Amino acid sequence: MYEQFKARAVGVGAEVHRVGTCSDAVEFVLSFLKQEGVAETPGSYAVWAEGPFLETVDRGSLAGVPGLGFEVTRERAAQAKVGISDMSFAVADTGSLVQDQAAPDQRLASALTGIHIALVPSGNIVADKTALFARINPKNSRYIAFITGPSRTADIERVLTIGVHGPERLIILFVDELGGEQI
Amino acid sequence: MKQEFKASINRALNDANLTGALGKFSEAYKVNRTKAYEGIDFEDLRGRIAEAKSAAACHLDEVAETFRKNAEALGAKVFRTRDPEEVKQYILQVARDNGVKNVVKSKSMATEEIHLNQALLKEGISVAETDLGEWIIQLAGQTPSHMVMPAIHMTKEEVADIFSKEVNERLDTDIPRLVKVARNELRPKFLEADMGISGGNIAVAETGSIVLVTNEGNARLVTTLPRIHVALIGVEKLVEKFETVVPILDALPRSATAQLLTSYVSIITGPTQNDDGSQKELHIILMDNQRTEMAKDPKFKQALQCIRCGSCLNVCPIFRLVGGHVFGKVYTGGIGTILTAWFDELKKSEEIQGLCIQCGNCTQVCPGKLDIPEMIMEIRRRLVLEKGQPLVQKAIFSVVNNRKLFHGMLRAASVAGKPFTSGKFIRHLPLFLSELTDGRSLPAIAEKPFRDLYAGIEQPKGKEKAVFYAGCLIDFAYPETGVALVKLLNKAGIEVIFPEEQTCCGAPALYSGAYEVAAQNAADNITALLEQDAQYVVSACPTCTVALAHDFAKTLEAVGRTEWLDKARKLAEKTIDLATLVKRLVDEGRLSFQEGADLGKITYHDSCHLKRTLKVSEQPRELLQQVGYQVEEMFECDMCCGMGGSYSMKLPEISAPILKRKLKNIKDTGAPLVAMDCPGCVLQISGGFDQDGAPVRVKHTAELLAERLKD
Repeated sequence: MYEQFKARAVGVGAEVHRVGTCSDAVEFVLSFLKQEGVAETPGSYAVWAEGPFLETVDRGSLAGVPGLGFEVTRERAAQAKVGISDMSFAVADTGSLVQDQAAPDQRLASALTGIHIALVPSGNIVADKTALFARINPKNSRYIAFITGPSRTADIERVLTIGVHGPERLIILFVDELGGEQI
Repeated sequence: MKQEFKASINRALNDANLTGALGKFSEAYKVNRTKAYEGIDFEDLRGRIAEAKSAAACHLDEVAETFRKNAEALGAKVFRTRDPEEVKQYILQVARDNGVKNVVKSKSMATEEIHLNQALLKEGISVAETDLGEWIIQLAGQTPSHMVMPAIHMTKEEVADIFSKEVNERLDTDIPRLVKVARNELRPKFLEADMGISGGNIAVAETGSIVLVTNEGNARLVTTLPRIHVALIGVEKLVEKFETVVPILDALPRSATAQLLTSYVSIITGPTQNDDGSQKELHIILMDNQRTEMAKDPKFKQALQCIRCGSCLNVCPIFRLVGGHVFGKVYTGGIGTILTAWFDELKKSEEIQGLCIQCGNCTQVCPGKLDIPEMIMEIRRRLVLEKGQPLVQKAIFSVVNNRKLFHGMLRAASVAGKPFTSGKFIRHLPLFLSELTDGRSLPAIAEKPFRDLYAGIEQPKGKEKAVFYAGCLIDFAYPETGVALVKLLNKAGIEVIFPEEQTCCGAPALYSGAYEVAAQNAADNITALLEQDAQYVVSACPTCTVALAHDFAKTLEAVGRTEWLDKARKLAEKTIDLATLVKRLVDEGRLSFQEGADLGKITYHDSCHLKRTLKVSEQPRELLQQVGYQVEEMFECDMCCGMGGSYSMKLPEISAPILKRKLKNIKDTGAPLVAMDCPGCVLQISGGFDQDGAPVRVKHTAELLAERLKD
């Protein structure tokens, strides 16, 4: 299902990567931040929303990265070039990511920033919406968010244009070590 | 039709940007939609959606109440009202109570329906539409021309001009750059706003959830950044079960924009926290505005199955020519006509209902299984009941209801038309009739109608008999098609009976809403056609076939003449279109054609009623191939030719460009011959080629087949 997911997600303009361990993922993210010139200046911040990934890794390895913060306020997110957050599920047939984003920091990191890096457990790829709906429940999640590719519009002359109000890049990083419920 | 309305049509038709953009879009849409639905059983999918939404519409009040209870239990405030005025008052009150100064909105047709922005602005509250298309038309001071793509009528040059004024800087027409301008301009508005207003694509009663489907990401910001979120939702968006979200999400993006899923879907169930730690105020307004009345009306209840994807607009041959603004200020296209008739008033739909050519394209793609043409027919019927028929129309139909007079006049027309006739065509008509021959010649009325020729045809007597229902066009303009039909059936040993008392099938009256006239036609024909015992009643005109097989019973029932229903059903059972009958006879080995001929290329035009009501499209193609033609498919082979019965007389300015497209698609195949199974299409298309001058022959399939019978 990974291959199907990847093909669909890339088809709608997302970038899809996969790493084995959480420390590989940290390395991926840090080198990405460096490459994008993330720094302690407005417009160049990176924000990283709390979630299972941060609970798993050694936070020490993320300390002292210039521009990177873990407190996701609207001010900080609005000036962030990169937002990093967990996404719980990947839906193979549409290339979508899904997460309970009831906590506002999850939305700020994935909606206000120019680039969104989504960390996804490789084991949580489901086939389709029907399979997904067996695993989400609005009774427990007040804001279930589906993200499929970057923000887009075709409102001017039907020309597809990327990056309107949401991120113009969506980078999906599958992390095998995060597990998930392999099905 | 009023001058003003005709003028708005002409403005739209002459707007090259509009027709160019819409034309290109509709062509691409068809291909992309098909691709998006690959691997999906669309009939099954829309069956599930229609069933779930219809169930909710059956007890709207109960479902709305369940929604209210469940959403309120989670801390949302739910306001239910029938009155659009109360919606505005409620929102203004929330704004006053909270000192709201700035509102950001994500796209909501319900707010357009009640003209919410004006109400907010009047109160001194600033409102920013944040959907790019909506923002463009807000800045331009216009109204949406399409439900899903509100600014589809505008060019990048126009957008660049509007944005340049907004940012006080001369912008060029680079679209990504213009989009960036919108992002930068709207971002501070999102961050400053105290209230976010959204619509809702689905409202789930059992969980109190609302579902928002967007691409730009503005709905996520509207529902996240301001401390108050107001969602205005029409009650037709209610479904009972959470599981129904799946089929709607499967269909909505595919049908709306040919996407597998939009960039963002948000399922909001109760208020969340704001980013400052406070609790968000979530107000959900369930607006009725006539929807409950609609649900109670057996003819219009189905309209509540609409998921507002706009696909009916995208496949409409009229919409792609005239765009949305001709239809009015809020909802446009076929569905818009129906919603305007209800949400506004019936009278408001008086002119726009006439735009529907009844081709049925929209019924094929609607994910809610709405029969829009049928509902528009019902609007016509009610308008006639309310206002009576227009005088001229009444005069015409009173003739149509008197067979002898009607046929006498047709015979007279054959003589009267002589001065204008050259060959088989009338190319110019004088004075106010001149528009009728603009881009299309009319057929000359035949010197001898089929009813006169029939007596001279020698037929083998046989046990098996078929009653032939000719219809006016074959009888009086194309008797040769009738002769071909007799030849084909005789060859299979079937004797053809032609009851003299048959008259107009009533379609012109029916499609004009004159049900009483159509019902009288139905009764006269039922008597004539059932008088003699025969296995079949056969017709070579799909519109007539549909009248006999489907409409007679419905029409008689609608006017309360129920004593005719048994007979109408008996006639319907016997009725068969010629292509289906001939195919069956060939398959049974009762009819065969000369073998081994190579007759060269032919292309085939699918007539609306044959393809979409009678579901016949393969039979004529197979028969043509069997006799030796090589069928070369044209682009949009099943798109209406623009005839639409009297449509081409009422709206020749729309009919003509539709025909022009059809002629081009036929010519592009390179085939010297085009076949079709409807004399109305033959009239339109052969008349078109007569003026166009291209050497393409136009023939009814029956004639092409009859030529190739074994001697």
